Amino acid sequence: MSDTAARQQAYWRATLRLTGVLLLVWASVSFLPGWFADEMNSVIFLGWPLGFYMAAQGALIVFLLIVWLYDRWMTRLERRYGMYNED
Amino acid sequence: MSTTPALFRRLGRYYILYVAGFVSLVGLLAVAEQLGLSPRWIGQIFLFATIAIYASIGVMSRTSDVSEYYVAGRRVPALFNGMATAADWMSAASFIGLAGTLYYSGFEGLAFVTGWTGGYVLVALLLAPFLRKFGQFTIPDFLGARYEGHFARVVGVFAGVLASFVYVVAQIYGVGLITSRFIGIEFEIGVFVGLAGILVCSFLGGMRAVTWTQVAQYLILIIAYLVPVTILSYKVTGVPVPQVMYGKVLQDLGVKELELFSEPRENEVRAQYRYRAEEYARKIADLPDSLAAERIGQVQRVTELRTQGAPARDISAAERTLRDLPRTPDEARLKWERGRQDSLTRAVHPAPHAEAHPGADQASRDSVRNNFIALTFVLMVGTAALPHILVRYYTTPSVSAARRSVFWSLFFIFLLYVTAPAYAVFAKWEVYSNLVGSNIGTLPHWVASWGRVGLVKVEDINGDGILQLAELTLNSDVILLLVPEIAGLPYVVSGLVAAGGLAAALSTADGLLLTISHSLSHDLYYKMVNPQASTQRRLVITKSQLLVVAVVAAWVASLRPDSILLMVGLAFSIAASAFFPALVLGIFWRRANKWGAVAGMIAGLGITLYYIVRTHPFFGGNMGDAWLDIHPISSGVFGVPVGFVVIAIVSLLTPPPSAEVQALVDYVRLPDRAGRMREAENSL
Repeated sequence: MSDTAARQQAYWRATLRLTGVLLLVWASVSFLPGWFADEMNSVIFLGWPLGFYMAAQGALIVFLLIVWLYDRWMTRLERRYGMYNED
Repeated sequence: MSTTPALFRRLGRYYILYVAGFVSLVGLLAVAEQLGLSPRWIGQIFLFATIAIYASIGVMSRTSDVSEYYVAGRRVPALFNGMATAADWMSAASFIGLAGTLYYSGFEGLAFVTGWTGGYVLVALLLAPFLRKFGQFTIPDFLGARYEGHFARVVGVFAGVLASFVYVVAQIYGVGLITSRFIGIEFEIGVFVGLAGILVCSFLGGMRAVTWTQVAQYLILIIAYLVPVTILSYKVTGVPVPQVMYGKVLQDLGVKELELFSEPRENEVRAQYRYRAEEYARKIADLPDSLAAERIGQVQRVTELRTQGAPARDISAAERTLRDLPRTPDEARLKWERGRQDSLTRAVHPAPHAEAHPGADQASRDSVRNNFIALTFVLMVGTAALPHILVRYYTTPSVSAARRSVFWSLFFIFLLYVTAPAYAVFAKWEVYSNLVGSNIGTLPHWVASWGRVGLVKVEDINGDGILQLAELTLNSDVILLLVPEIAGLPYVVSGLVAAGGLAAALSTADGLLLTISHSLSHDLYYKMVNPQASTQRRLVITKSQLLVVAVVAAWVASLRPDSILLMVGLAFSIAASAFFPALVLGIFWRRANKWGAVAGMIAGLGITLYYIVRTHPFFGGNMGDAWLDIHPISSGVFGVPVGFVVIAIVSLLTPPPSAEVQALVDYVRLPDRAGRMREAENSL
């Protein structure tokens, strides 16, 4: 196997790992607070019942962070595997 | 072509000037209002000034270059593409309807907030960068190339057009509503004004014009959304940051709710509604005799009033009641059943705003919770599968710009969705603590003015002259418009909100219309019917398709179909089950092949449509046949997994895709410069 092909494979595996981890975070923040909302609502967070807060604001902030992190991390991966181009 | 930094600076300058211009227009109108300019004029100036702005952007960006027309020349900077996507995404329903939905559904409505934002995580991680790398013009393009041939492409065109068309009709319908209710133009005329507004942007300049108009529309809609609630937050809490302050107000609202729900007069009114519901039930059971008795009673009443020489107003009111009586027993059954349902909902207290998954017993609470989760899932996956959103990521200069652009899209969408629950809470707080309990004779003037157009209704059922919560009806579209009035802001702010709603509806309609006409002209005509067509001919075909689709959509909207909101809800399930599995597996699973994809798309879409027909009363179904008690709006929750499973099984049973396709999969996974060369080749 040529060097480029090996490098491309390693890059893709790293991408998959990152995607998997972030998807896990996404799924837990999307569905767990909805499922346990009643229980979480007995906790007060910054004035909000926690279950309400998560669905109305907390999850949204985590989504933004995920997308931001993904971009940063992928740029790093591209640099590490020599595939990055300035636009 | 890669003069991005210079382009970026120039665009930044234009849009800052534009915002300054718009703000001074609002300021001028505010001054003019103080000097006596009537609300009607303010509304119309907003309507025509904003449409004129969009039209001139459209005319300035006209183009006859294919790549410009389909994908804006692929040089839209990430930040601006983010704004354009946000405008494309946020429809009339998000802008006008969401605050009202949250007002009435409380916690359950948050499924829309999480669902419509969380979908962008899927877009970022699973689709946008890879579709950008693939770099063609439409979503069926990807399906056709990845799944070898026209079969997958045709299924894609069908599902895409189906989902987009109902959505575009709803947008044009929304334009008609906004213009007729808030600007005072007739509904049908409003529809055609909206149509003109949409066409001047998309017809001449395609994606390029639509992109720059959408950025302008985003700026107007976000200003219009944030201004009223920020001022109200300042008035109620002393801090002009509603997104942070409404938690405290939500707590106070919880206390207020308990107080209201135990108030004796409130309970008395609820009891009267319960009695009225029983009355309706009795009348329905006694049909047709009850209808005849009703008619005789009303005739007697009219004669009685006449002989007594009662005031003319009372007589004509009684005559009207007589005229409005149902003509046939069937009509009566329908009308009285509606009345019974309405009275029944008023007979019980609404659930407290923050309560999660309310229900009478554990089983109904579980059912509400399952539906909440299912709806969140379907809205997320549907977001990541709507073609008019995905094509926006074809327009960025590079793969990394596509990734960054998803971040900006989500950020700009976030600004609105994170504010919507604050709208609901502030409006509810004001209604519960100030409006309810006040004297019916001295209600604020907006109650009367919206009462005339049927958006607000007050009925003093117990005749005590005081407004109880159960006696007040607010149309859910009015919640957003209520906030400027409650905050005591001048009419110019209401006009601004109407302009924002219009921008939201027009921008979404533009994006959808382009998607439909591109699917028809590019995928059906150019790729399948006449691959030899010249560039010029392709553009002529696209533009004529655009015109036809737009006029048909406006015509359907002007018929005011009742079922339109229902269908928009279903569009997410349809798009999710048809596209999502095939697109994601096409990128992440090399072994997925033509037969698997076609079977999976048809099976997923089929299950979704079957479930809708099985459970939705509109198609003669009923919820008794539901699986796990899931409502038809979330039918995609069954279609999506079926799609994945069928693609996997059928792909494994049939031969793997060709070496060429496998090379394509490798190609889209990698972010390198070869992308540019390939594109250049393809766009020739």
